[in-house]
Amino acid sequence: MIKNLIFSIVILTLGTGLAFFVWQSEPRLNDNFEAESSFLKKYPFRLGLDLSGGSHLIYQADISSLSAGQVNDSMESLRDIIERRVNIFGVSEPVVQIQHSGLISGADEQLIVDLPGVTDVEEAKKIIGQTPLLEFKTEAPKDAPQKATVDKDGKVTLSLDAQFVSTELTGRYLQKATLEFDQNTREPTVNLQFNDEGSKLFAQITKDNVGKMIAIYLDGEMRSSPVVREEIPNGQAVISGSFTPAEAKQLVGYLNSGALPVPISILSTKTIGAILGDNAVNAGVKAAIIGFLLVALFLILWYRLPGLIAIIALSIFISIILTLFKLLPVTLTAAGIAGFIISIGIAVDANVLIFERIKEEMRAGSKIPQAITAGFSRAWLSIRDSNISSLLTAVILFWFGTSLIKGFALTLGLGVAVSMLSAILITRIFLKTLSFVGDGKLARFLFSSGFSK
Amino acid sequence: MFVLKHKKIFLGLSITLMVLALLSPLVFGLKVGIDFKGGALTEVVYTDERPGQNELNAALNTLNFGSVLLQPTGENGYIVKTKNLSDPEHTSLLQALALEDKYSFSELSFNSIGPSVGRELTRKAIIAVVLVALAIIFFIAFAFRKVSRPVSSWKYGLIAVLTLLHDVLLPMGLFVLLSHYFGAELDTLFVVAILTILGLSVSDTIVIFDRIRENLRDQTNVKLAFETIVGKSLEQSYVRSIATSLTVILVLLTLFFFGPATTKYFALMLTAGMFFGTYSSIFLASPLLVLAEQWQRKK
Repeated sequence: MIKNLIFSIVILTLGTGLAFFVWQSEPRLNDNFEAESSFLKKYPFRLGLDLSGGSHLIYQADISSLSAGQVNDSMESLRDIIERRVNIFGVSEPVVQIQHSGLISGADEQLIVDLPGVTDVEEAKKIIGQTPLLEFKTEAPKDAPQKATVDKDGKVTLSLDAQFVSTELTGRYLQKATLEFDQNTREPTVNLQFNDEGSKLFAQITKDNVGKMIAIYLDGEMRSSPVVREEIPNGQAVISGSFTPAEAKQLVGYLNSGALPVPISILSTKTIGAILGDNAVNAGVKAAIIGFLLVALFLILWYRLPGLIAIIALSIFISIILTLFKLLPVTLTAAGIAGFIISIGIAVDANVLIFERIKEEMRAGSKIPQAITAGFSRAWLSIRDSNISSLLTAVILFWFGTSLIKGFALTLGLGVAVSMLSAILITRIFLKTLSFVGDGKLARFLFSSGFSK
Repeated sequence: MFVLKHKKIFLGLSITLMVLALLSPLVFGLKVGIDFKGGALTEVVYTDERPGQNELNAALNTLNFGSVLLQPTGENGYIVKTKNLSDPEHTSLLQALALEDKYSFSELSFNSIGPSVGRELTRKAIIAVVLVALAIIFFIAFAFRKVSRPVSSWKYGLIAVLTLLHDVLLPMGLFVLLSHYFGAELDTLFVVAILTILGLSVSDTIVIFDRIRENLRDQTNVKLAFETIVGKSLEQSYVRSIATSLTVILVLLTLFFFGPATTKYFALMLTAGMFFGTYSSIFLASPLLVLAEQWQRKK
């Protein structure tokens, strides 16, 4: 008796604590979110691309030239390089995943790239798919034909491209690039270090061109054209001028990320604008709240006092689930929210089975406390059996599914599993605590349900 | 028991509905979404007024993308369905939609799926359906392994599977109608809905069968007719069967009316699945069980 009361209080306190945690750690709900401790800040809900807006890209890796043993390594280094490139882009929480070929996943080695918040998919693809082309060019001989264009104001522009000719030295010979700031001008510069072969080439080129300009081209565009003063034997070059610090940092990242180990081609693209995502979040939250209220209304009208208990148990269930979503974390998608909302409906099922059984025992002549005990033990088999099939489905969906399906399977599966726990632990303790109401007329009314008096 | 007395009527009704659901794709056809067949879907919303459909169609036809489907959406938006698009093709599509910069719009979503991804997803979906069906059949067989008199356990299992087929076929038929009249397309969520219905609706049947099992066990001394026991079990459990489904249907309906646009048809299909699942556990599974016992006695 006292024991049950203490348990009830502990459960209520814990439940309230969890609800408080969910509320406080959510920037949309907590007005003082910025002022909160870093622990709370670490756990906002994680929203999937369809809710936050962003791009979802699937690439196919062409592994035809690799032997079977090389595939895993190559795919991993591919993922690392693409991850680095994506990070240069400054995307928050990008996800780059390998999907190996197999019976379930299909014959292709694939790379899945999720970029939350990036809705300019062309730009994203450019960053992912392109190796920056770094070229060094030298001055063309004086008698080379010049290319000039005359615009409509009569101004003559001499084309720079024709003034320089390509050399063998390219980004292929680069060992590493670093970002530095010029000590005098404080301008950002990109320092290049060539490998041995590159250093030899660079020494040769500078030796041949003392007093002349060397143009450094990036992706076909001239970035700087310093004049060579003397031969540079140590393989170090500097690109300076016309960078913002961010640009320079990005460039360094590109140059360092290097070439892709296997060629990739795009298989599918999905971009969701932020407006659509926001609408979906709002609609999902609205549906969840209304759904909860309707279920609560049904419970209290049909099951009276036990119904009220079920509502409290359901609220605690929701706090537990939302906390799990934050801590695990579960990436929420529209389908995932649907799974969660459905689990609200399923979570009360166990309570319904128990209450109906209690009612039956009461009709058969049991007193309320005995009816509660018998109701629980006799309903358990049905609860277990009817939830197992849902759990089985959720597991299979999670195992085979694409990210969209996984979200649904995870929220539904978690919901079903936690609801079984909450029904047998939480509702039971609450109801047992309530046994003190005795077996009077009022108590029997409170424990009855439906249209009976 | 009312249901068992008129069991032939209810059986007839269920069979008719199942046949209609099976025939419906032949009559109305079924729209397959880009998830499975590949293609691109672009959704745009115009800042001011959207251009007329004919005007846009003319501009889109010059792109030579093959068939281009233009669907008005919301107040100022369009959904454009095409073959799957490469980057340059996507760019030229956006240019065409602006009608030489006469209109400005923002692109809400763009989804382009290559045919190989579609094939892959189709195969995955088939594997998943087979796995879930097998898992549930094994589960039912396991759950009823101890019941053998007067109807053997594999018959319970068979009837539960038939009931499941009913619960899945009817929402599918509904989906064909949605597809025909409202343009719903067969996509990944459709498959998820079917699988979820399989998982959810079997539980109602199991609850009632559980009750029959319990009543059979309790009545070793007094031999009641099988039909009487089934009828009694039905009376004892239909309220809770309906109540458990009702709570799920309540949340599904709110999901349909208030939830995100992407899951609307999904919610509707699940609602139908829950409804027919409850209906079939009372009006199909139990009558079938009684019939099975009658046939067995005649032999």
